[in-house]
Amino acid sequence: MKTPLAIAIAAAALGTTAMSTAVLADEPKHGGVINTIIQPEPPGLVLGMIQNAPTRTVAGNIYEGLLRYDTDLEPIPQLAESWEVSDDGLTWTFHLREGVTWHDGEPFTAADVVFSADVFHRELNPSARAVLQHVESIEATDDHTVVFTLGETFGPFLLSFEAGTFTMVPRHIYEGTDFRDNEANSHPIGTGPFKFDNWERGTVIQLVRNDDYYEEGLPYLDGVNWHVIPDGASRAVAFERGTVDVLPNGTVENFDIPRISAMDNVCITDQGSEYFSPFAMLWMNNREGPTADQRFRQAVMYAMDREFARDVLWNELGNVPLSAFGSNARFQNDELPPYDHDPDRARELLDEMGYDGEEIRLLPLPYGETWTRWAEAVQQNLREVGVNVRTQATDVGGWNQRLSEWDYDLAFTFLYQYGDPALGISRTYLSDNIERGSPWNNVGGYENERVDELFNAAATAFPDSEREALYHEVQEILHEDVPVGWLLELGFPTLYRCDVKDLVNSSVGVNEGFRDAWLDR
Amino acid sequence: MSFFARFAQNRGALVGLIILLAIILMAILAPLIFPESPWRMVQRPFLAPMEVEGFWLGTDTMGRNVAAGIMHGAWVSLLIGLVSTTVALAIGVPLGAIAGYYGGLIDDALMRFTEFFQTIPNFALAIVLVAIMQPSITSIVLAIALVSWPPVARLVRAEFMSLRNREYVEAARLVGQTNTTIILRQILPNTLSPIIVLASLMVATAILLESALSFLGLGDPNVMSWGYMIGAARTVIRQAWWLSFFPGLAILLTVLALNLVGEGLDDALNPKLSRERS
Repeated sequence: MKTPLAIAIAAAALGTTAMSTAVLADEPKHGGVINTIIQPEPPGLVLGMIQNAPTRTVAGNIYEGLLRYDTDLEPIPQLAESWEVSDDGLTWTFHLREGVTWHDGEPFTAADVVFSADVFHRELNPSARAVLQHVESIEATDDHTVVFTLGETFGPFLLSFEAGTFTMVPRHIYEGTDFRDNEANSHPIGTGPFKFDNWERGTVIQLVRNDDYYEEGLPYLDGVNWHVIPDGASRAVAFERGTVDVLPNGTVENFDIPRISAMDNVCITDQGSEYFSPFAMLWMNNREGPTADQRFRQAVMYAMDREFARDVLWNELGNVPLSAFGSNARFQNDELPPYDHDPDRARELLDEMGYDGEEIRLLPLPYGETWTRWAEAVQQNLREVGVNVRTQATDVGGWNQRLSEWDYDLAFTFLYQYGDPALGISRTYLSDNIERGSPWNNVGGYENERVDELFNAAATAFPDSEREALYHEVQEILHEDVPVGWLLELGFPTLYRCDVKDLVNSSVGVNEGFRDAWLDR
Repeated sequence: MSFFARFAQNRGALVGLIILLAIILMAILAPLIFPESPWRMVQRPFLAPMEVEGFWLGTDTMGRNVAAGIMHGAWVSLLIGLVSTTVALAIGVPLGAIAGYYGGLIDDALMRFTEFFQTIPNFALAIVLVAIMQPSITSIVLAIALVSWPPVARLVRAEFMSLRNREYVEAARLVGQTNTTIILRQILPNTLSPIIVLASLMVATAILLESALSFLGLGDPNVMSWGYMIGAARTVIRQAWWLSFFPGLAILLTVLALNLVGEGLDDALNPKLSRERS
């Protein structure tokens, strides 16, 4: 059974939420297999080589990173037991946990960390590369100590060790091979609480308990089955009939959520996506037309009824943002005045700029019903203040193309914030991130020298108090300029039977949640 | 017997005509009764019919008035039905006339061309066309017209083939009328009755096609049509039946009315045939 140590670690892992008391109050039970859904079926399971969301969700339970992050994005020890940083912020030393083995029995050592970071990720992983460009050297000083030396301080460095971004992969399997062709790719080997067992393509991915897991007593479950069910309605029915017990976010359509969450013994949480913090935005073309006028962009913010969108379209999940930094982002300046729904103010601004009724094209995000309805609501909001909006019908290809070619006036999108402004926010506003051909960079074409200066200085400033001052100033400028419309911090809910306990307990939710989950049956 | 008397002999046709007139009236009155846009969010979402005064048919997922949507949708449906049928006739009639009148190689060429369109399932082709042209009222009308002209061409061709050797046509040729004159002045007027009957049914088909396209999300996003209303409501059909029921009823009645009227026209324009039939 469980040792006191395991309780303490589990409690620490759960952070300061009420759930930790639940853990101490209820004795977790061992055993049982949880059935859940993965949608869509991932292309492969070697995390780090593949970055797709479904790969992260399944493989996050097989592989691990040096650190985990709680729902406030504070680091929690995982493969690194502790860490320290030099006074100048340039030298980071990680002390690894001892006695950790790979699923094939080989020991996990500092050499694996150096190989993963310096070789594997530098070659294969663009998001890790963005961090690694600030890293000058990675050295193993002994079997359980790794030292990262940075060329310049980099604010979000400590936030970069999440399993999906900085996966630890086994050196003894990959070194000297063609990574993408390695036959071990079909049978992933990690250090995590679950081992890969079987993958019946198009049907199910089965993970089984890692009996040699280093956290004694964990995991409680004997296994996790990820079912592949391509049709949305069938996924909802599978949950309603009890075939599956957990619906990770995105597996059922938004409009099914109120019905399912009203069922007996069904719990819903919008925690567990803080690391990604999906932020819905309205691109506004800063280059030409009325949208190039700051007053027009402000008018759009006042015209939109964002509370309505959240309450009616997103089932009251999510948060109406103040400005460019979401509430989960670090260094949010929460003293800025909100853009409330104020059609009169919007009309005033439009009059002031002399808007002459020029047609404004609105490009919806073709990601299903909720987004379509949302575009209709925004279109109506804008028409009511006198903006002549015309919605363009589009598919995913057309949406990509129009944004990449800057052929739009207003366009819906959503982006992940990744916890730190330097990772997920500045990319939308920096002028050197304007490049034709991608719908993910500074598509709005916003250029402001001061904003560039502040963002760049803040990314490498040290310590955090320095960064905070810079980021607060940049938010004031952005709040005034409205380079994009800030629609909603999306709530990505996870639905589960209430007798599945301690499932969502970190900032990536079910991506690693089965480690601590147990069944109260 | 007058034309209308013959038409009215078919009771069904009379009922159809009344329904159709009511729908046309709805389309005309829509901007007067509901001067505001049907997209406007005016009340709480998901109001059941009659739950709040003034909202006889309730409100939809975003609090828009369903009754306003139905009335404005009538205009859209009729407009698309009529315009796309006109365009289809404008393609099908000349092609069929030329093929049927001249025969031979020209006929072969035109008919192979027609078959090319006929071999592709209507709806699939319409989806592809709208997807390529990007959904808008114009592209939808064009797509519907492009998939519905082949039957017109075949019908007109058959009529022309049977009429081109009649004595009055021979006579016209003898007095030296040009081919164009003979086609337009002699034969075409005599093929009008089957064309009119076919056209009334085509309007009905066009309305169904537009609804199906909108249902699939390929409608013009700036226009409130019945098909769009059903498509948007299908996701909440278990919570709010009225959102798909009323637009569905509207489509059913309109298409039924057009079919009944078409049958009545057939009776009225081909009295001999209809007597033989009965």
